[in-house]
Amino acid sequence: MAKKISILIVDDEESVRDSLFSWFIEDGYRVECAENARKALSMIESDSFDIILADIKMPGMDGLEMLRRIKLLKKDSIVIVMTAFATVDTAVQALKDGAFDYITKPFDPDDLSHLIRNASKQISLAEENENLKKQVISLENVEDLIGKSEPMKKVLRDIESVALTNSSVVITGESGTGKELVARAIHSNSPRRFFPLVSVHCGALTESLLESELFGHEKGAFTGAMYNRKGRFEMADNGTIFLDEIATISMKMQIDLLRVLESKNFVRVGGNKEISSDFRVICATNRDLKGMVEKGAFREDLFYRLNVVNIFVPPLRDRVEDIPLLVDYFIKKYCTSMNRPPVTIDPAALKRIEEFNFPGNVRELENMIERAIVVGNGKKISLKDLPLEKSIITNSFESLEDLEKTHILQILNKYGWNISRAAKALKVDRVTLYNKITKYGLKPSD
Amino acid sequence: MDPDNITLISFGYFGEEFLKNIAETVNQQFLLSVNIREGHMDLSEFYDPGRRQYDGVQLLRQVDSLFSSGSYKTIGLFNVDLFIPILTYIFGQAVLNGRSGIASLYRLRNERYGMDTNDVSMQERFKKEVVHELGHTFGLIHCHIPTCVMRASTYIEDIDQKNVNLCIKCRNEVKELFR
Repeated sequence: MAKKISILIVDDEESVRDSLFSWFIEDGYRVECAENARKALSMIESDSFDIILADIKMPGMDGLEMLRRIKLLKKDSIVIVMTAFATVDTAVQALKDGAFDYITKPFDPDDLSHLIRNASKQISLAEENENLKKQVISLENVEDLIGKSEPMKKVLRDIESVALTNSSVVITGESGTGKELVARAIHSNSPRRFFPLVSVHCGALTESLLESELFGHEKGAFTGAMYNRKGRFEMADNGTIFLDEIATISMKMQIDLLRVLESKNFVRVGGNKEISSDFRVICATNRDLKGMVEKGAFREDLFYRLNVVNIFVPPLRDRVEDIPLLVDYFIKKYCTSMNRPPVTIDPAALKRIEEFNFPGNVRELENMIERAIVVGNGKKISLKDLPLEKSIITNSFESLEDLEKTHILQILNKYGWNISRAAKALKVDRVTLYNKITKYGLKPSD
Repeated sequence: MDPDNITLISFGYFGEEFLKNIAETVNQQFLLSVNIREGHMDLSEFYDPGRRQYDGVQLLRQVDSLFSSGSYKTIGLFNVDLFIPILTYIFGQAVLNGRSGIASLYRLRNERYGMDTNDVSMQERFKKEVVHELGHTFGLIHCHIPTCVMRASTYIEDIDQKNVNLCIKCRNEVKELFR
């Protein structure tokens, strides 16, 4: 059931209070009255009213002064001012001071009904807006960052502590560990969350393209610049800019970027007007930035400017205990998106997944589960649905030779040490296979 | 006070048949016996020369204090232009959950709006207005159902859109009072 709207009537004339009271009470509103501004203010402090109808001309504090004080107390209050002595000046002043509307006594009954209906609509829109914001926050929170392992708990703690600040953040970690998810989680938990998170994949753009992408350009700045274009820094005004693969930017771009970070001002390519933008910077890289600084490949001043807070996202092999949770999460995610009934995973398959090295980290695991759901029987993911057989299935292999030795042995055992059949399966000649057996010292008992 | 009785008090001439019709409708809607009687008061005391209208708040108070004691619910029927301080006009008014209400025929006539006289429409509108104000005295607030007589109406066109009947929800609320 919808909330009952409450109305406070503030007027020094009893007859006005009474008639408005009767009118609104018949409409089903909760109505209270105050005969002067001071009483009204104390009522507003202790109770909450959706709509306040206030007379301008009252002994003591007048309606306009009361309006200003109400706005200080409760900025979002809807105040409708009424007067029997209408002047343009007072109307303008009331609206400037934040009145929702201004109405001259006596009103047409229909005007009053419309006014209250509009105010009620405004209240429900504000409530709807608030609810939507809450939904957005809950959708954009850290739910996508799955894991209960100690390294992931540290990442979540870091996100929480850095989100509310304005500090620059560098997120490091191997490819596929979820650096962008961390950036998104920081943004969506920050006060900037209602403004854009603008992502730029620095590694995918040439120097000149990146320059135009970040700073924007004016019409005619270069061949093909047919129109003025806003840059990503401009788009990220009041929000966050996420620079992925920051280690790939050129020395010239590093200088330009440093300048922008220090002044928050820049000029579009081919332009001369200085533009300012208030953004927060989050960067990500899978390289060792500090090492690059030592080698002179990355500017030290930019490094310190960016690396105010560092968050390291651990590789999947360092948080094996998170794998079952991740598998479960991806199964649910893809079964839902493919509109399939939920599937389970065979414990043997899960064990093999846990033993897998995952050089591509969570991204690789995600792809593996998606594939298994597509090719599987729709009930249970088994070992045969996973592309593990053809891959390195343990992390004990250091070299290609180790891998070759194990593979040849597997094939020889499979064909009962029949050299011809094994050589045919391996697509090598018998001599090569003999040489490999000798080289690795392989025996049928191995 | 008779707990089973509604009294219509006419302040001004309405015609016997006209009042009987109103009484019949009221009886059908609230299932209580309806009395009709004449009331007398000096309306000039309630006239506001500045607005050239009659003060509905004061008239309601007068009906409530002087004419409502013998009846469960009382409604004063007028043929003058009513106002309340805050509004330019009203068709009627009542005390929510109270004993009394007032209703006026003055703004319900077609000719007031430049249209041809239509006594049937006028009478229908007045029936609706009387039932509406009495509904408030039974504690009913404005109803959102477009055809319910308790729907708020600020123009005669609004009154014409609705029925003279209480909707099921409003009727049940009135029934609850007598359980």
